[in-house]
Amino acid sequence: MPQLGFVLQWVVKALAVVLAITILNFFLIRLAPGDPAVVMAGEAGAADQQFLDQVRRDFGLDQPLAVQLATYVKNVLTLDLGQSFRTGRPVADMIFERLPATLLLTGTAYVFALIVGPLLGAIAAMRPRSVFDSLLMVVALVFYATPIFWVGLLLILVFSVQLGWLPPFGMQSMIPVKGALAGTLDVIRHLILPAVTLGLFYIAVYVRLTRASMLETATLDYVKTARAKGLPEWRVATAHILRTALIPIITFAGLQAGHLVGGAIVVETVFAWPGIGRLAFDALFQRDYNLLLGVFLISALMVVFFNMVTDIVLRIADPRIAGRA
Amino acid sequence: MEFLKRFAENRGAVVGAIALALIVVMAITAPLIVPIDPMSTRGRPLLPPGGEFAFGTDMLGRDVLAGIVHGARISLMIGLISTVIAAAIGVSVGAIAGFFGGWIDDLLVRITEFFQTIPSFIFAILLVAIMTPGLASIVTAIAVVTWPPIARLARSEFMGLRRREFVEAAVLSGVSRFRIIVSEVLPNAVSPLIVMGSLMIATAILTESALSFLGLGDPNRISWGYMIGAARTVFRQAWWLSVFPGLAIAVTVLAINLVGEGLNDALNPHLKGRVRIQT
Amino acid sequence: MNPRVVAEPLVAIENLTVRLPEGGDRLKAVDGIDLDIAPGRILCVVGESGSGKSMTAHAIMGLVPKPLVSSGTIRFDGENLIGLAAEKHRAIRGRRIGMIFQEPMAALNPVMRVGRQIEEVFRFHGVPGPYDERVVKLLDAMGLPEPELLRQAFPFSLSGGQRQRVMIAMALALDPELLIADEPTTALDVTTQKQILALLKRAQAERGMGIVLITHDFGVVAEIGDEVAVMQHGRIVERGTVAEVLGNPSHDYTRTLLAAVPKLAKRPAVDKTGGEPLLSAKGVTKTYSSRTGLFGPRRTVEAVRDAGFSLARGQTLGIVGESGSGKSTLARIIVRLLTADAGDVRLAGVERNLLDLGSRDLAPLRRRVQMVFQDPFASLNPRRTVFEIVAQGLLAHGMSRADARRRVAELLELVALDPASALRYPNAFSGGQRQRIGIARALALEPDVIVADEPVSALDVSIQARVLDLLADLQRRLSLGMLFITHDLRVAAQVCDHVAVMQRGRIVEMGPSADVLFRPTQDYTKLLIDSIPGRGAFAAPEAGPTAN
Repeated sequence: MPQLGFVLQWVVKALAVVLAITILNFFLIRLAPGDPAVVMAGEAGAADQQFLDQVRRDFGLDQPLAVQLATYVKNVLTLDLGQSFRTGRPVADMIFERLPATLLLTGTAYVFALIVGPLLGAIAAMRPRSVFDSLLMVVALVFYATPIFWVGLLLILVFSVQLGWLPPFGMQSMIPVKGALAGTLDVIRHLILPAVTLGLFYIAVYVRLTRASMLETATLDYVKTARAKGLPEWRVATAHILRTALIPIITFAGLQAGHLVGGAIVVETVFAWPGIGRLAFDALFQRDYNLLLGVFLISALMVVFFNMVTDIVLRIADPRIAGRA
Repeated sequence: MEFLKRFAENRGAVVGAIALALIVVMAITAPLIVPIDPMSTRGRPLLPPGGEFAFGTDMLGRDVLAGIVHGARISLMIGLISTVIAAAIGVSVGAIAGFFGGWIDDLLVRITEFFQTIPSFIFAILLVAIMTPGLASIVTAIAVVTWPPIARLARSEFMGLRRREFVEAAVLSGVSRFRIIVSEVLPNAVSPLIVMGSLMIATAILTESALSFLGLGDPNRISWGYMIGAARTVFRQAWWLSVFPGLAIAVTVLAINLVGEGLNDALNPHLKGRVRIQT
Repeated sequence: MNPRVVAEPLVAIENLTVRLPEGGDRLKAVDGIDLDIAPGRILCVVGESGSGKSMTAHAIMGLVPKPLVSSGTIRFDGENLIGLAAEKHRAIRGRRIGMIFQEPMAALNPVMRVGRQIEEVFRFHGVPGPYDERVVKLLDAMGLPEPELLRQAFPFSLSGGQRQRVMIAMALALDPELLIADEPTTALDVTTQKQILALLKRAQAERGMGIVLITHDFGVVAEIGDEVAVMQHGRIVERGTVAEVLGNPSHDYTRTLLAAVPKLAKRPAVDKTGGEPLLSAKGVTKTYSSRTGLFGPRRTVEAVRDAGFSLARGQTLGIVGESGSGKSTLARIIVRLLTADAGDVRLAGVERNLLDLGSRDLAPLRRRVQMVFQDPFASLNPRRTVFEIVAQGLLAHGMSRADARRRVAELLELVALDPASALRYPNAFSGGQRQRIGIARALALEPDVIVADEPVSALDVSIQARVLDLLADLQRRLSLGMLFITHDLRVAAQVCDHVAVMQRGRIVEMGPSADVLFRPTQDYTKLLIDSIPGRGAFAAPEAGPTAN
């Protein structure tokens, strides 16, 4: 049963990553100079003696290191990520509350980029060195080289401050709008600028990647075979070149998907978008390490999840992978 | 010379090289061009560009132009040092894994894969936050999160070269393993690594700017990302506070990317125009 | 009946010129050739690499990159294919002119099912569906097993020969008037080559189509051709029927090429020098196992199984086999580039089994067994000078640079290269010269045994002959023992005193060349000999000398 082996392999892999990240987290806190209890309690204010003792007991900091590690791992595996030292609420709750907003933002930007990027890249690759190709490559390189947060600020300056077309921050208007449809439209209006900001960078990446991949594939022998068969150029470009050229793009897209939360931190900060990126920024600002570590762990899990999805998609896209197994 | 000729054929690369050279000169001679402390108050706050301050002043009355010129030092330095460290780690790991193979390879690949699974930007934030923000922690954090792609590239290069017949011939001739790695394999693996390294400097500069923007920069040194981050609350009133430093970052990163592509064309002519984006 | 007065040519090429990309060794790949292709006959275009034969074929198909586009005319059915509107040319490709290529491994789309790839030919030339039945019939006609299942397969699960059959099926799908085959069997093993050539011949006879077959191998010409055109430096130097050209070549270049074709000739038997063998092996076994993923099944391949031989000083033992027979693995085990699972390898004057020695004990012995490699490009480090390449062993064994310089000059002279070339880099040399440098490197440490792994298979025939002569000559003068790995029985016949035939990791037959190659006892050996292309036409003189 290859399917069973495949699933088992991924379960083992996911567990291994969670374990490794957990252990890494554990040592990261102890890497910080000073008493880990103080670090975990946060620098700002709350560190009175009683509270510190509480933290020590909670995390077993009075125990030997090995026991501490075991306790920590056990807590994490039961999804007990501890409490935020700012709000006193469970970290897991805080993260899951914010997750939908982040998924909406990154998902929109990502799907947008994954459709537009490869499409533009493919068109460019079909006519290399044409005006369209040259222009697109310059634009893509510029967006590839520009800091995301800066693009976000410029977009706000132009479309919110100057033109007043779109709201500059938040996910909903201050004054709640009435009705489901109006509410949805309101969110969409708020979504456009941050999603475009995040999307532009990824479009730039996929344009370049698709073009490079297609030009490389176009030199392969079987493309010549396709032409020798008398296929029309559009068929050669789609069924033979693009079809294979997409495989490395799928690989890359899968690797990137899990890392989207990283980009989201910056964009959510710029646009005050209430997702886990913004949460991480606030945690960072307030030195709420426990919360920050929680965000870290959850995003690592997302990476593992997306890697698995990619693996499945790749098996469908590239029969050679499944064929070797 | 063949190399220079091929490099010069790429017009973008030449433009990038010139721009980069100007930025480097600006960074090196910063104290001579603008001999003032960029962190000191020079005039009234939030003066728009023009007049006494060509690029205006920020909310503390600091000269934006001075910040741009001096900030180049931090950006370039962090980009360069963190890439050198990342390259040193990556090449060592990749070379050992690729050349020796077997269980060493298995182990190193697993470690590399693990580091690639970690969400890199959040990991960098964590590292800087926990090690207390500063130059050293930013450089360390960037190096720690960027070495895996180099390791993978070095590994695949070394693995390919290890099986090449000229390496087998060197083994049969009794050349020592160390000498084989250094004088037979490395010179043939170096050009793709140089290309990737040059592009990584650009990425490192972007990462530094994002960290500084989030307030994780060295608080005592001016950097472009820090300038934008610090002015975030007033950027709607004072556009110049974010536009100029942002332009500086974009131009620098763009120039490095152009040079990297030029290097790729010149060093690997068979891959012309096909720079791979690092994964 | 003289075929050249028959009817009108199918394709008439007049004054065809194709430019080479900048930086080539000459300006024109094809330099003003005239060539008529008759319907219903097989025309072989023969030449060495870079002769322009492949470019000619591509020009007919309209597959030459635009900037190089040619001048002259290629007339097909009243139309000039050069400068023909792209859409019109496309309609001809695949429908009226089909083409197959050299590398069946690379010529099929790896991610599209075989049946779909054939189907495309019908669909995009306006043949209405359904296609399934036609595809199955076509695959069946190509002699492919279980066409119903094979239709659903992806190319990676097919063997090289099967893929080439699929390619032919695709090219013949619409019964074209002309089939262009660009080195269709060069990448295949001899036994497969024979089958594919037979298939082409049969298809040609059944359909009465014309074939242009591009090849470098006169054996293939003799096997299948009706007519032949010989190309050199972009020009056609000779043209005629196969019988005329092979029997009575008129151009010097044709004569040179024909003389260089290795022949299955008997060598004078060498008297067995007594005493202990220089190198002997027993029970050498190597298994590769790979596991896919953490829980995947383990797969094992027996690369070499219980192989043994014995090699005397001053003699050459040929190890002959098709790809995947384990011959190269065996060679690499003998020189200890690979580790064997089991076996006993003895070198004269050494007490212990070579395979048991640790790297420390092995180091001083390495110099006694050296290797000459297959690929003249991959075997020389492009970043080191010829001196550094040849002298690396000498320097590693502690010779001074001054002494090494003198020794390298001697060695270069020995392999007939100018000693002044020591300061140049490999890219300044041709394939044959590079192979000489590789031989000089192998001789630098004065070895007792040379293991030559397909040393001439990457070279053009005319150069092949010279490198073989050099190897044979050096071996005699230096009284070396040589282990000669090759896939080509004809080459083995020229240089080997003894021959071992390998199949799927085992040595199936071994003995003096005269016995194995001329009185084979095993079916597999007989099959190999029977598969040598153009065997009849190149019946060689008895017991000819190796060199000259």
